[in-house]
Amino acid sequence: MTLADYRRQRGEPLFDEQAAAVQHEEHHPNAFQYLQIGIILFVITAIEVGIYYIDMSHDLLVGLLLALSIAKFSLVVLWFMHLRFDSPVFRTLFAVGLGATLALFTVVIAVSHGGLV
Amino acid sequence: MAHAATGHLETSTGLDNRKLLMWFFLASDCLFFGSFIAAYLLYRDRSLVGPYPEDLFDIPFTSVSAFVLLMSSVSMVLALAAIQRGNVRGMRIWLFTTAMLGTLFIAGQAYEFTEFYHEGLTLSTNLFGTTFFVLTGFHGAHVTIGVLILLSLFVYSLRGGIQQKDSLNVELAGLYWHFVDIVWIVIFTLIYLVQP
Repeated sequence: MTLADYRRQRGEPLFDEQAAAVQHEEHHPNAFQYLQIGIILFVITAIEVGIYYIDMSHDLLVGLLLALSIAKFSLVVLWFMHLRFDSPVFRTLFAVGLGATLALFTVVIAVSHGGLV
Repeated sequence: MAHAATGHLETSTGLDNRKLLMWFFLASDCLFFGSFIAAYLLYRDRSLVGPYPEDLFDIPFTSVSAFVLLMSSVSMVLALAAIQRGNVRGMRIWLFTTAMLGTLFIAGQAYEFTEFYHEGLTLSTNLFGTTFFVLTGFHGAHVTIGVLILLSLFVYSLRGGIQQKDSLNVELAGLYWHFVDIVWIVIFTLIYLVQP
């Protein structure tokens, strides 16, 4: 028996539909906010390409590029894919996939630096 | 599908199963691309013969491609915002814009691949060629599938198949499209900009 069947048997509401709809409307960004985020993404990309041509230490360059990339990634995932506003279930699902990928990266880097490959 | 727009349905979780499945797919696709990116990074400076990345990469050109794909994410989310407001015409315009930007990205990738081929890089030239073409080729295939999905939605909407209550269809296509975009954000930084 699913949770929905159980609630239906007991005559309980499956969820507060009205509250859910209102919450959804309140929290989703509007077109203007999406455009603002688009401009921020454009600026970050321009900075990325700009610093690529600046003469600086390799470690600093890599650190800056990774930080800017993470910022862009987060903006798209949280706002455009609505993970910031949607159910935590989706956040958890994506976090598991992303976490497994980061674990894979860590192993690869460790193996590579350990001279095993 | 009465509550498709809110993502709350009469399921045991209160979530739309299609959206749940899409997130499952995207989580698994993280590992799919993660594996190819990891393979590229692992073998990046182990090619015994050229050409090497520094001989071929055209950063200004790829930056424009990255910008095009990034802006397609903006148009995609504007399509969703339009249909959620009941603006079907607006959704069509933004969906078509997104598909065209995606096509432009694919054209750029085809040009880049052709240039690399003329410079002597093929799938079997060296480890760089193998890992680079497999990674970016699979990403290009994802973008191509995304363009087909967007054009299908566009044609479907012309036949009256998408109204405000069906906004979840656009949202699902959008999730896929944004995912393709974030994969390119990672590829652009780790493969093109960060050199050993």
